[in-house]
Amino acid sequence: MRMETADSDLALAAAAGDRAAFSALISRHYDRIHALCWRLTGTKAEAEDLTQDVCMALPRKLSGWRGEAKFTTWLYRVVVNAAHDRRRRQAVQAKAASGWGDYELARQDEIATGREAERWLYEAMRALPGDLRDTVALLFGEDLSQAEAAEVLGIGEGTVSWRMSEVKKRLRDFAAREAKA
Amino acid sequence: MTEPRDEMDRLRAALKGAAPQADAARRAEILARAMENFDALAQDQAGRLRPEKDRPQWGGLFSGVKDMLSRLTSRAALAATTSVAVLALGVTLVTLPQQPRPGAVALPEAVPVPEAAAPMAAQSEISNADAMALPAPISPAPKMANGGGAAPSMHRMARPAAGAAAQMSDVAALPPAGSDRFAEFESAGVKVTAEEPVSTFSVDVDTASWSWIRRSLRGGQMPDPAAVRVEEMVNYFPYDYAAPAAEAPEPFSLTIARFASPWAEGKDLVRIGLQGKLPPLAERPALNLVFLVDTSGSMEGEDRLGLLKTSLSLLLGQLRPEDQVAIVAYAGSAGEVLPPTSAAERGKILDALGALQAGGSTAGGEGLELAYRLAGQMAGDGRTGRVLLATDGDFNVGISDPEALKTYISAKRDSGIALSVLGFGRGNFDDALMQALAQNGNGQAAYIDSAEEARKVLADQAAGALFTIAGDVKIQVEWNPAQVAEYRLIGYETRALARVDFADDKVDAGDIGAGHQVTALYEITPVGSAARLSEPLRYGRETLGGAAEEAGWLKLRYKAPGETVSRLIERAVPMLSAEPDPDARFAAAVAGFGQLLSGSRFLGAWGYQDAVALAEGAKGEDRFGYRAAAVELMRLAEALGKK
Repeated sequence: MRMETADSDLALAAAAGDRAAFSALISRHYDRIHALCWRLTGTKAEAEDLTQDVCMALPRKLSGWRGEAKFTTWLYRVVVNAAHDRRRRQAVQAKAASGWGDYELARQDEIATGREAERWLYEAMRALPGDLRDTVALLFGEDLSQAEAAEVLGIGEGTVSWRMSEVKKRLRDFAAREAKA
Repeated sequence: MTEPRDEMDRLRAALKGAAPQADAARRAEILARAMENFDALAQDQAGRLRPEKDRPQWGGLFSGVKDMLSRLTSRAALAATTSVAVLALGVTLVTLPQQPRPGAVALPEAVPVPEAAAPMAAQSEISNADAMALPAPISPAPKMANGGGAAPSMHRMARPAAGAAAQMSDVAALPPAGSDRFAEFESAGVKVTAEEPVSTFSVDVDTASWSWIRRSLRGGQMPDPAAVRVEEMVNYFPYDYAAPAAEAPEPFSLTIARFASPWAEGKDLVRIGLQGKLPPLAERPALNLVFLVDTSGSMEGEDRLGLLKTSLSLLLGQLRPEDQVAIVAYAGSAGEVLPPTSAAERGKILDALGALQAGGSTAGGEGLELAYRLAGQMAGDGRTGRVLLATDGDFNVGISDPEALKTYISAKRDSGIALSVLGFGRGNFDDALMQALAQNGNGQAAYIDSAEEARKVLADQAAGALFTIAGDVKIQVEWNPAQVAEYRLIGYETRALARVDFADDKVDAGDIGAGHQVTALYEITPVGSAARLSEPLRYGRETLGGAAEEAGWLKLRYKAPGETVSRLIERAVPMLSAEPDPDARFAAAVAGFGQLLSGSRFLGAWGYQDAVALAEGAKGEDRFGYRAAAVELMRLAEALGKK
């Protein structure tokens, strides 16, 4: 609990222009940001880029911080939105290589690492549309509750549950395809 | 036996466990730069230098561009652009500054890089001249190329995927070819001379397609057929055309050669070659150059910003003391980075270049306007102005309405400031947009993928690339139906003009810069040849053709710099084919190669190995090794094509 209090204090101080507070805050959360970025994008390279996007934008984003939400919730939202924008940008540019979506990357990665679990994750995430991936990444990867995830994503809790049932459905289809293959 | 529950657990476990370690070096770098941003913001707020209005940080930034991109890539938008520029540089430069390779040129190691001094990088734009010139485009439905899928899938992404039926993930629905976009065109077909004896096109020619294809092949992938523009590939290479005599009235020489088609028995190729005059360097007008450099985050990397710096410093070596240079960055450290500075102050310019950093949020789109403003300030008697936009295409120029952008750039062009575009990086390079911008600016668009390419475009041919010796150059060939049954213009699909546009001086066409070369190839089927595709008409009008001892009549129009009325050059196309010289054979090999890559149906059994053999035997002197490198690339394509 103390930790969270400290987060929001730091954030307030940083928002007011306290350099040390900003530095402490961003160092503390860097790995968390990175991990979420990875879960949202699915490749190391994309994760690093997205992390950069987020960190570069944080100073300005933070200047609007009023401490209304839990800091991590706010941070997750920043990350998810950044991922969303990045994806959209890539979509505009017709970029197929968007992380989980890139079969070839996944395949090569699998060959490189030879790890079945990773291959499975790639394939499974690839079977999900972007917003379902976001939802799963927050719920499973970051261990958020449905309520928290709903707050981060700016949607209702009902939508979160609906998305999770969608995920189930799609995973079932995915498993069936896998079994056939 | 897979229970859904199990799958969910499995996904949970995989997601929880799998996150890789963040890269430590990158972490340090990103944190440091975040601090810089923090400091910059604090400074801004303290000094109120820039009232930071609520600039949308993520959401709004790209929406304008998005809109512009999707509209610009449409065929109609491209068609609307009028001016085109040509850059077919001649190979004149001999001294190759032994530029150290900037640390990372991102070339796959597999292929040695013989093209040390690539000569011609011409660039080209694509204009759908056809539609461009006509009030109502005749061209078929504006389909989008590669990028076509983009807009719809964007929507799909933006919206919650409520449609449960969507079996495919949104990502999977994207076009597979990477994010790069190309203007679409239809391969020009065979024309029956009796029905359509006149063929008209604008000369403007870029060379971007060649570098693009090279990059793709070296990366182990067959290029997207939409990226293949045969004329740009052919024009990439220097040919040994006779230079125009110094006292000749025309600014270029014109050569026509006819020889047997390497891929079709019973057909001939007709090669039209233009060689621009190359006035001595000292005689060229003084230049005002404004580098408009994209320093947004996506430009990070040695094959982008790093290469860009190398490229621009190479260009500096070609400038004279009376030339002026200014630098504007339009992201991160936005604004004027270097005020107009004499090219003699090389150190100062290099320092400013070196200080450019990618990253940071885009600081708005005044970049383009600022660049033009600076160029305007630098204007003076006998000086020519040009804005050189260097970007990876992922940029916001600040004017999101493509019509407004087009009008804006055209107006600037008319006021004497041209715009050229240098493309960097692969992945989101927007070919169509770059071309459209450069066309409207009467400039060229070049794609730079290596230090070698940078040297070819910016050092070796800089002289020519930067000033024009002939404007609105159009070619019209009237084929003689008594001699030629069918003809086909190879390439130039996007540059076709309507017949009536030829003599209409208001219709814009490509420019030729000092020392530039332009090559065009027609494939013709003589009357009586068994290779003829169309059946002769029973009530044929072929006999109506002139009895003249010529296969066709070539007319060329151009405007001398500063003039508004075009001049005409005419020449007959020879009746007989002759033994082709190595230049002609090599051009044919490259044209064949391009047609293979684009899946042309006119080549029959002729394949990559034939292209290799033909090119191999036609390397000629190949002073810079470009042709040898081309042969390597053909071999690579052959190997990849087999997979």
